[in-house]
Amino acid sequence: MSNRWRVILPPLVPFVVVTVGVEVLVRSGVIPSYVLPAPSAVFESVFRDFRELASATWSTTKASVAGFAASGAIGVLIAVALSSSRWVERAFYPYAVFFQTVPIIAIAPLLVIWFGFDLRTVIASAFIVSVFPVIANTLTGLLSTDPALRDLFRLYGASPAATLWKLRLPSALPSILTGLRIAAGLAVIGAIVGEFISGSGIGGVIDVARTQQRLDKVFAGLLLSSLLGLGLFALVNLASRLALRHWHASEQSR
Amino acid sequence: MAKVRAVWYCVKSLKMPAKTQASPEAIPEAEGAAVSVSLAGIRRVFPPDVVAIEAIDLHVPPGQFLAILGPSGSGKSTLLRLVAGLDRPTAGKVSLGRANPPTAYVFQDAHLLPWRTVLHNVALPLELRGVPGSHRLAAAREAVERVGLGDALHRYPAQLSGGMRMRASLARALVTEPHLLLLDEPFAALDEITRHRLDEQLRALWRERGMTVVFVTHSIPEATYLAQRTVVLSRRPARVVLDHAVELPVDRPAAIRGEPAFAAQMRVLYEALEVAER
Repeated sequence: MSNRWRVILPPLVPFVVVTVGVEVLVRSGVIPSYVLPAPSAVFESVFRDFRELASATWSTTKASVAGFAASGAIGVLIAVALSSSRWVERAFYPYAVFFQTVPIIAIAPLLVIWFGFDLRTVIASAFIVSVFPVIANTLTGLLSTDPALRDLFRLYGASPAATLWKLRLPSALPSILTGLRIAAGLAVIGAIVGEFISGSGIGGVIDVARTQQRLDKVFAGLLLSSLLGLGLFALVNLASRLALRHWHASEQSR
Repeated sequence: MAKVRAVWYCVKSLKMPAKTQASPEAIPEAEGAAVSVSLAGIRRVFPPDVVAIEAIDLHVPPGQFLAILGPSGSGKSTLLRLVAGLDRPTAGKVSLGRANPPTAYVFQDAHLLPWRTVLHNVALPLELRGVPGSHRLAAAREAVERVGLGDALHRYPAQLSGGMRMRASLARALVTEPHLLLLDEPFAALDEITRHRLDEQLRALWRERGMTVVFVTHSIPEATYLAQRTVVLSRRPARVVLDHAVELPVDRPAAIRGEPAFAAQMRVLYEALEVAER
């Protein structure tokens, strides 16, 4: 029990301090409420607009999770392909970097043209923003397999498929999980950007509330989207703990 | 790309070879349990112009325990990789007594798969060769017990000491019943006592199985204790400085390390190594 509190309590302290601090500053008029809504107003909005926010959050959750899953699957596949030979890596890696450098806000309207005002646009946006960290980290992991173990697999006549499944992917797993951890947060950001254009989900709610000067609702949306990102991140952390607890230093002696 | 030496494995060889008391000298009892190694005019140059091995001719008869001794960076490991078929010589020829003998390789560090338990690490070589699950686990368990790790079957490498990890690595090499066992300074990172114990165990295993062993080391006492024959290599570019038959009895109890005859053998190697260092 005391152990559990040691995990829960530390992040709670700054949350309470900041929330109470902002509340006091807004109520005392130091910060006008059209600049920053009082935290109590934000919580109120969450309850008042519950139905709208809940369905928006559900839509964003679906898109983020789908985009994140696509990033995980396709990112790892692309990295495996890139790691197959130096030549392939040199030929295609620059194009993978494209995902990292593309200004998503500029191509989101294009996505609407291609996919319509549809969940697919939002998923594509989440995917584009979150796939690169998966590719980059997985590739690093795949290329840093212990050379002695590679020799051992060769000596025992392992097929390329066996080497991939039994050696290269498992040794890349810690790096893959690092990529997924970064991708989890980015997928939510990508989804929200897509929703700004397509007008659905939390992004749509924030966009409309902003034009209506409903800052409390804007912040309620922000709160929900960061909770969503946090939730995805926590899921990846859990998966990482389960997968690595026996063997990787990052999940031991904690 | 260097041709990968496919290593053969037969399920029937899973059974431990019967021990024979007939000859104390570890000449292989079972037909084909060991293989000869011949190196003819071996030269290895790493681009652009680092000559690791100048010219080495060496014949290792089947079942011999050969130690290769040399200063650090003398191309000992390169030589071993050439024998294993993990590297190709620039010139010359490596030939083994017969094609594709079961070969095992032990590295300086254990190099276990950290995500697998000891048992599944040791079973890996059989798994890669498609030996069915129950057979390979039975063989792996036997190999693990043979190196005295029976208690740690289901532990992960991170939970083992350095000595235990090395034992697991040795078990992984032995599980394939190799006819050729190559070891590259396997116990160099261990403390003296653990190292002695593992040396003794390795020698016992060799006498039991009769495989050909090539053991690379930079330790004079280790080479003296283990080997029937020791080859001393010079500093790079490597050539043979001394090819010496170790004049010690076949039975080598731990206490032999304190005997004058042992010291005399060490002295021979020490003097050759002095020359090699120059």
